[in-house]
Amino acid sequence: MCFTLAALLGGCAAQAAKPPKPAPAVPAAASTDGAAFYPSTYQPPQVRPTLIRNATVLTGTGTRLDHADVLIVAGKISAVGGHLQPPADTLVVDATDRWVTPGLIDIHSHLGDYPVPQVDANADGNEATSPSTANVWSEHSVWPQDPGFRTALEGGITTLQILPGSANLIGGRSVVLKNVPSVTYQGMKFPGAPQGLKMACGENPKRVYGQEKKQFPSTRMGNMAGYRAQWAEAQEYLRDQQEYRRKLAAGAKDAKPPKRDLRLDTLAAALRGDIIVHMHCYRADEMAAVLDMSQEFGYHVAAFHHAVEAYKIADLLSERGVCAAMWADWWGFKMEAYDGIPENIVFVDAAPGGCAIVHSDSEEGIQRLNQEAAKAVAYGARAGLDVPPERAIRWLTANPAKSLGLLDRVGTLEPGKMADVVVWSRTPFSVYARADLVFIDGAVRYDRAHPALTPQSDFLLGQPAAAGISP
Amino acid sequence: MRPTRWICGALLLAGPAGHGATVVIRDATVHTVSAAGVLQHADILIRDGRIDALGARLTVPPGADVIEAGGRPVTPGLFGGVGHLGIEEIGLEPTVDDYALKLGAMRPEFDVTPAFNPDSVVLGVARLGGVTFAQLAPSAEPGGKGEGGAIIAGQGAIVRLDGTVAPGRALFVAAGGAANALSGGSRAAQFMLLEQALLEVRQPKLLMASDARLLTPAGRQTLLGYLRGTGPIVFDVERAADIRQVIAFAQREHLRVAIRGAPEAWRVAGELAVARIPVILDPLDDLPESFDSVGATLENAARLERAGVTIAFSFDAPEPHNIRKLRQAAGIAVAHGLPWEVALAALTRNPAEMFGVADRHGSIERGRPADLVLWSGDPLEVTTLADTVFIQGVQQPLSSRQTELRDRYLSKLRAHTAR
Repeated sequence: MCFTLAALLGGCAAQAAKPPKPAPAVPAAASTDGAAFYPSTYQPPQVRPTLIRNATVLTGTGTRLDHADVLIVAGKISAVGGHLQPPADTLVVDATDRWVTPGLIDIHSHLGDYPVPQVDANADGNEATSPSTANVWSEHSVWPQDPGFRTALEGGITTLQILPGSANLIGGRSVVLKNVPSVTYQGMKFPGAPQGLKMACGENPKRVYGQEKKQFPSTRMGNMAGYRAQWAEAQEYLRDQQEYRRKLAAGAKDAKPPKRDLRLDTLAAALRGDIIVHMHCYRADEMAAVLDMSQEFGYHVAAFHHAVEAYKIADLLSERGVCAAMWADWWGFKMEAYDGIPENIVFVDAAPGGCAIVHSDSEEGIQRLNQEAAKAVAYGARAGLDVPPERAIRWLTANPAKSLGLLDRVGTLEPGKMADVVVWSRTPFSVYARADLVFIDGAVRYDRAHPALTPQSDFLLGQPAAAGISP
Repeated sequence: MRPTRWICGALLLAGPAGHGATVVIRDATVHTVSAAGVLQHADILIRDGRIDALGARLTVPPGADVIEAGGRPVTPGLFGGVGHLGIEEIGLEPTVDDYALKLGAMRPEFDVTPAFNPDSVVLGVARLGGVTFAQLAPSAEPGGKGEGGAIIAGQGAIVRLDGTVAPGRALFVAAGGAANALSGGSRAAQFMLLEQALLEVRQPKLLMASDARLLTPAGRQTLLGYLRGTGPIVFDVERAADIRQVIAFAQREHLRVAIRGAPEAWRVAGELAVARIPVILDPLDDLPESFDSVGATLENAARLERAGVTIAFSFDAPEPHNIRKLRQAAGIAVAHGLPWEVALAALTRNPAEMFGVADRHGSIERGRPADLVLWSGDPLEVTTLADTVFIQGVQQPLSSRQTELRDRYLSKLRAHTAR
């Protein structure tokens, strides 16, 4: 390697010394829902330009470039191609025989909300006290010291969505994070990323409420009635707000704003399209019912998560422009996962316009999304559905970026995008592949040759048992 | 000689050979996982279900099926780990989950094996992943209201993925913080309870009048068998200090033990090696999932191997559905320093030896039942699939409920994409 990591990490120290940006006195967005009061304080460190030279590059746009260079300037992708001429003062990484991809994106994680160690005191991922808790925000549970962030980084994860759990029909708002060490969650928050809304189909809400608490809902029809009642309320809330604004505009002095409701703030924002809807849903028939419901209330489902039966409705999903986020081979751990097949991802991918995403929902799986994709490719090939690496990499880069509303910023190695980049020791579609270097906004956040330079969680500090866990 | 075209597409299946069929696998890279090591360009002659000959350029008997390996690797059939294969069809469904006894008493005589369902669809899925044998283990679970568990979970057999069951048994014991709820709230009581149980076995008369006894007569009989070494006693244990307690207990009581889980085993590797205690570990453990596994690292396997400890692989989670993933976990251990051949042994010969079935599983040797897999590539690689699977001499169909679902919906997909 032709550069020293210390030089790059110097930028991080400079960042830590910077005073935080003051919170805006008024919300920046013309929104009543308060999101602007919890702004990102993440500031990419200032680093020298970097040239990654002579790699096999999967750009995330469906293109593979052999013996290509990637030039990073001012934290952004500057150019990708052959024999790039770096500006003066550029750090050069010789990536001969190595592969380069966009940083991996996991749209389904509970890191920080369900951190390790798994102690009751830190189990903050499910507000399982009411079937609709659209008022809660997963970001307010994120413990940035979860050691799982670091191991995910070693697997090339640069962006991740933290969702509330699936106990509730409507679980609450999600947050998108940059996978950078920080004392506060705001220091990890992806600047300007839309929030998401987590909803859940099927067994989990039925079990948690019907079976365990003997309350509504206890059936799948109850689930549907539960969502619909919430959306109907949100529609009314929106109408009241519109009516209030209409009166104000008409100069009515006695116009009274509708009483603020944090739960309905979230649902109304989802109906307006300001918050992106992510729905946990295993079964094909339930996904189809939810798509009908989305038409009834006029919103869009960005992605079905854990869509174990997506392969049965790959045509419907692609026609409706809905992504499916899937595991490679998990199945059978409950009834609604009984029909899982390892070709699921390639089936969704094969439908014209299909949007397949590999997700983890697991502190183990998030460490190796690349291997999950590789397994799907192998099973697909055996079924006669060949997917080349340059296409498969989109399942963990461009497609998740699209479902998060961030494809204009991350997910591919196109000029102008955030320089979230992984240099792999070999093709990432291998069990033996290791992430050698992980860049976030152009700064090296993990260097396998110098692992100690990436900080460990505070939790592991001073633990005699943890001494020597790193190579 | 009847040459059979070998086929990569699982949609086109060569009919599996029955027990009587004679098969030659020609020009394979044979990982024998025995003293013979790796045989390049080797042929395997399978006759009457047994490996009749093994070597270069064997004469193909008349009428034999020939599978051209073209240099592809052959390994022994893989171990599927320790867990619930065939005793947990679906998680969260009590009518098909038979793995935990919740009678609230210590019942070492509980043998979960009769619950094994050879028709479980999970077997077919795992077979396609090259898994040919697995160790059944009941779970020690506290249970709900009015129920209870015990730190001795009970016994289980080696089951084969042709649906048959091996004669031996192993006994499973839960220790450490995860089992505190089963031992009155303290892990220290786990050894207190075990010592009392052993006392009841060794001095049955002393305790005949006691109403505080832990074991039934059948339980005493069962434990006595394990004291005489009829099978291993497997301790679930994680943190280094607890592993030391198990080592000391085993030595004090002269027990034949193995430990399972053990993310911190590398920290006491030298002691385990001296005590000759094998470790069944999950190569994916690298996070402090609990305070008992603060020292978890992906290098656990490599460090134990370097210290001379015998290792086998199993996922910690006993759910059987994705045990085909265990070879991926073995590959990850290799990516973190474990020699490739040791990783394969930890999936084949080592567990076969630990559980007393090395005469039929875990290595490829002349005279043994053919229990082997022909792979499309490196068996530890995620892009590799099993091309041919033999279990105890019988070639297996490469189909499962999952391939039937795949094929049903593949035609629907093709109709859609053709539009």
